[in-house]
Amino acid sequence: MCDKTIICRCEDLTAEEIREWIARGYSGFEEIKRVSRIGMGACQGRTCRRHLLNELARAGGISPAEIDLSTFRPPTKPINFAAIAGVDQDAKNS
Amino acid sequence: MQKTADVVVIGGGSIGCATAYNLARSGFRRVVVLEKGYLCRGSTGRCAAGIRQQWGTEMNCLISRGSIKHFEVMNEMLEYEDDVEFRQNGYLMITYSEKEAAMLKNNLALQERLGIPVQFLSIDDVKEIAPAVNTERVVASTICMEDGQANPFKVTDAYARAARKLGVNIYTYTEVTGFRLEDGAVKAVLTNRGEISTPLVVNATGAYARLISEMLGHDLPVKPERHQIVVTEPLEPFLKPLVMNFFHKSYCQQVVNGSMLIGYGDPHEPEGINYSCSWQFIRELAEKIIEQFPIMKNVNVIRHWAGHYGISPDGQPVLGPVPGIEGYYLALGCGKGFMLSPMIGELVAQAVAGQETTLPIDILSIERFEKGELIVEPAVV
Ligand SMILES: Cc1cc2nc3c(=O)[nH]c(=O)nc-3n(C[C@H](O)[C@H](O)[C@H](O)COP(=O)(O)OP(=O)(O)OC[C@H]3O[C@@H](n4cnc5c(N)ncnc54)[C@H](O)[C@@H]3O)c2cc1C
Repeated sequence: MCDKTIICRCEDLTAEEIREWIARGYSGFEEIKRVSRIGMGACQGRTCRRHLLNELARAGGISPAEIDLSTFRPPTKPINFAAIAGVDQDAKNS
Repeated sequence: MQKTADVVVIGGGSIGCATAYNLARSGFRRVVVLEKGYLCRGSTGRCAAGIRQQWGTEMNCLISRGSIKHFEVMNEMLEYEDDVEFRQNGYLMITYSEKEAAMLKNNLALQERLGIPVQFLSIDDVKEIAPAVNTERVVASTICMEDGQANPFKVTDAYARAARKLGVNIYTYTEVTGFRLEDGAVKAVLTNRGEISTPLVVNATGAYARLISEMLGHDLPVKPERHQIVVTEPLEPFLKPLVMNFFHKSYCQQVVNGSMLIGYGDPHEPEGINYSCSWQFIRELAEKIIEQFPIMKNVNVIRHWAGHYGISPDGQPVLGPVPGIEGYYLALGCGKGFMLSPMIGELVAQAVAGQETTLPIDILSIERFEKGELIVEPAVV
């Protein structure tokens, strides 16, 4: 993957930026998530999770299977307040 | 892992890291932090990171006031290459009843006496400062424009990095499992990775503090209470201050990336460590939010999680030595530990070093619970 490839689309992070965080000594999935925001956007890591695992595995010389993932949390798919509360949603985003 | 230390701090949250940094600055050479997971794994990494001075007890006001002074210069003070994202957009306190309004007025008098710049607002002021707020039921409201927010991961990271530069060793994935005591004095900390001899231990484990005390045969009346929170998709900036509503026991703030962080305190939450999220919480939250901010109806929630407050009997921090166990100190923020961490770190380090403390922390000693000298904080949600 080239340095300029976008790894996390929601938070607009490139492979290079993630490699820099790893080089600065942040080694786990949770740690990198917390400093870079990777995986914290609307899709909650659907694409970037795998890429980050690969980067961490390559940097650590281990297999991606050996790396702990961050927790999947509800609601897993974005859902708006009106739908949750069971009230009418506005037609336009007022 | 090293075999000996001058002082061991247990817990790698904002308080543990701030305390370790201050201990190194007050001259301790071998300072160690032990964290059972990664830094910020506990409440610090789960909190709303609101920072306010609008409290109802003198000590909470003074410690938060002192902490804000530290947050204002934190990037420079800790020579942080990144940004702790401290923003002073104010805290807007909203009440719907005369009773809550009376509490706000009492608090305001105290805050003014302590030099905290708080203003009482008219409904029109509220509309102007936060046009998104539904003011229909608002009875009284105050704001302090010095209050705000910071990024809890970055604040902890900044303290941890500064501490490491001063020689502090931070061991992550290292769990404290017990202690060695001799004649009522701490001699060593036992961990899953071996033993470290030390005469001094600081308990900065937040909601877990009671379990650490138990290992020392000490009964600590600080109880874990789950608090849940959600974050939304990022929105264009539309809400400057954090809005705290005493009727709904809720808070809502827009953070630096545009997302909204929203939570409320459930008065029926049972005591205990529990990281699960409940549908009932998010359902009630949606109703509370739509009532307060009708324009947020169509906003998407993207993540919901839970963390804990460590609740003390009077809602104030518990700081300083534990009588009867030589070398054992507490650094517990009790429900607002993130915003107070800069001062708690400073005060506890001073106490451990035997120096005069910047504020009189004896009032916040564990002894007050036995003596019955509680001053209850009224302004919590
Ligand atoms: C939803 C929510 C919203 C909040 N909002 C705010 C807010 O707006 N403003 C505010 O100031 N505060 C807020 N708080 C409270 C705040 O999060 C805490 O008071 C604060 O983070 C406590 O920091 P700490 O460093 O004491 O504890 P923590 O961050 O919990 O750190 C304690 C650490 O100790 C570690 N530990 C525990 N046991 C052991 C062991 N045996 N060995 C080694 N390590 C151990 C844990 O893994 C943990 O990392 C909120 C809390 C929650 C849950």
